[in-house]
Amino acid sequence: MSTAAVPKAAFDGLPLALVPLLALGALPLVGSPSTWLTLTVAGLAMGMIVFVTASGLTLVFGLMDVLNFGHGVFIAFGAFVATTVFAGMADWTSVDSLARNLVAVFAAMLAAMALAGAIGWGFERVMVRPVYGQHLKQILITMGGMIIGEELIKVIWGPEQRPLALPEALRGSILIGDAAISKYRVLAVAIGAVVLVAMLWALNRTKIGLLVRAGVQDREMVESLGYRIRRLFVGVFVVGSALAGLGGVMWGLFQQNVIPQLGTQVNVLIFIVIIIGGLGSTLGCFVGALLVGLLTNYTGFVAPVFTAFASIALMVAVLLWRPQGLYPVANR
Amino acid sequence: MSPPLLQLDGVQTHIGSYHILHGVDLAVPAGQVTMLLGRNGAGKTTTLRTIMGLWRASAGEVSFDGRPIHRHATPDIAQLGIAYVPESMGIFGDLAVRENLLLAARGARRLADIDTQRLEWIFGLFPALKKFWLYPAGKLSGGQKQMLAIARAIVEPRRLLLIDEPSKGLAPAIVANLIAALRELKATQTTVLLVEQNFAMARALGDTVAVMDDGRVVHAGAMKQLVEDEALQQRLLGLSLGAHQ
Repeated sequence: MSTAAVPKAAFDGLPLALVPLLALGALPLVGSPSTWLTLTVAGLAMGMIVFVTASGLTLVFGLMDVLNFGHGVFIAFGAFVATTVFAGMADWTSVDSLARNLVAVFAAMLAAMALAGAIGWGFERVMVRPVYGQHLKQILITMGGMIIGEELIKVIWGPEQRPLALPEALRGSILIGDAAISKYRVLAVAIGAVVLVAMLWALNRTKIGLLVRAGVQDREMVESLGYRIRRLFVGVFVVGSALAGLGGVMWGLFQQNVIPQLGTQVNVLIFIVIIIGGLGSTLGCFVGALLVGLLTNYTGFVAPVFTAFASIALMVAVLLWRPQGLYPVANR
Repeated sequence: MSPPLLQLDGVQTHIGSYHILHGVDLAVPAGQVTMLLGRNGAGKTTTLRTIMGLWRASAGEVSFDGRPIHRHATPDIAQLGIAYVPESMGIFGDLAVRENLLLAARGARRLADIDTQRLEWIFGLFPALKKFWLYPAGKLSGGQKQMLAIARAIVEPRRLLLIDEPSKGLAPAIVANLIAALRELKATQTTVLLVEQNFAMARALGDTVAVMDDGRVVHAGAMKQLVEDEALQQRLLGLSLGAHQ
């Protein structure tokens, strides 16, 4: 069918444009271009990691209307699994070979995703399913799940902080002029980009993605069309948990250590990101995560005392501008 | 009269503590358009939602093609070949018109899998859908959204269409287009149960009619009989056809 003369809705690029605008706006405040470049790459890397951890949560919230305050536990499990995998693959991480190091990193990521996805499956069946449609109970029971998860981590891996050192070839920086770009942050940006492209492809180019996007808007109508949305719920919850596990590995390597309370710490940040982006919106989550990552890094350099406040201030500003977030999902 | 494709016997529905349907008896003959009329709050929408399994019948039986379906889940009911167009239209506003149709075509993984002839037939009924093919459905006008909602219900052959107040809130010219499209659909012998408050539309399309009041069917019969009997109209609907011509 010819669609050449068919009207097509214009893409709302304004929220996306905020990312380069923020970066360029920070340049005069930072002063030195090399420092600015270092901070920008660090901010993008942090943003990508936050995006990977938050993308599953925004889908779960958007599709299932579930306030999962236990999402952080999948992140923490992912990070701790990486410490175990790295301990078992010490020969692969200590050698100065990028290929062998990447094998170890990807093995840790796959193991973390598998375990977090499996825990997510059990979490949905046991804790979330009985409280569908009951927000207050969801908050209480998922927070309870988070506490149980943290205690389990202490039982399995101990209560202390555990190091998660970067593999040998990923340590250090690449020098571009005077700017030092951390090698791991480049890898984090690349992984985040792959996750984004994969998610956008799945959501926009497959029938299952179409069902997820439709389910975010009107679950009842999706069922009336003959699709079993409960199966879709479980699938999305497992994928969201697996992505959180992947994000946990990335976050742990970013911090180079992990603690059982990691999930609780990251939870606040990812809720801020999905609120900024628009609940249920993958692109909004991506833009929100980049904005938070960049702003946190610039503020940490320019006015460190305001760093903790910067993300919340950004959320307030965005909600004053667009009360349903940067990319609101229709019918919510 | 054709044997009923859909039959409701003594169906009762509660929503929370409210008792909405008090024993609905209704037969929808195959290949005909059955109009479900009644004032606001009579239970018409609840009846359609109960048939679709969106609200559970607390008593009574809903049977489709002779098989009970009142304990089935909504997707199972839809997979029997029953399409539902809710009063709210249920359009996925963030999805393009073509994506809305692809979603409704359960057997199609891609647009290319949808029967081209059937798609052209739908475009013939609702030309606006072709024009706004790539447009987000949420940006369509009310009438266009209604056309999309009905197109979604017929993008694949279905055995029964449940349509809830398609003329609600639409301009008379749009309603006339809708009647023309539904007449063409009727000519294909599709079985339709259509809830309507617009008596002119009901008269134009209906073969049989059921009138509801206070959660019960208080009259059922041929549409022709109701059209010709002004006293019956007055008693059942509080209107006379003359006022609607």
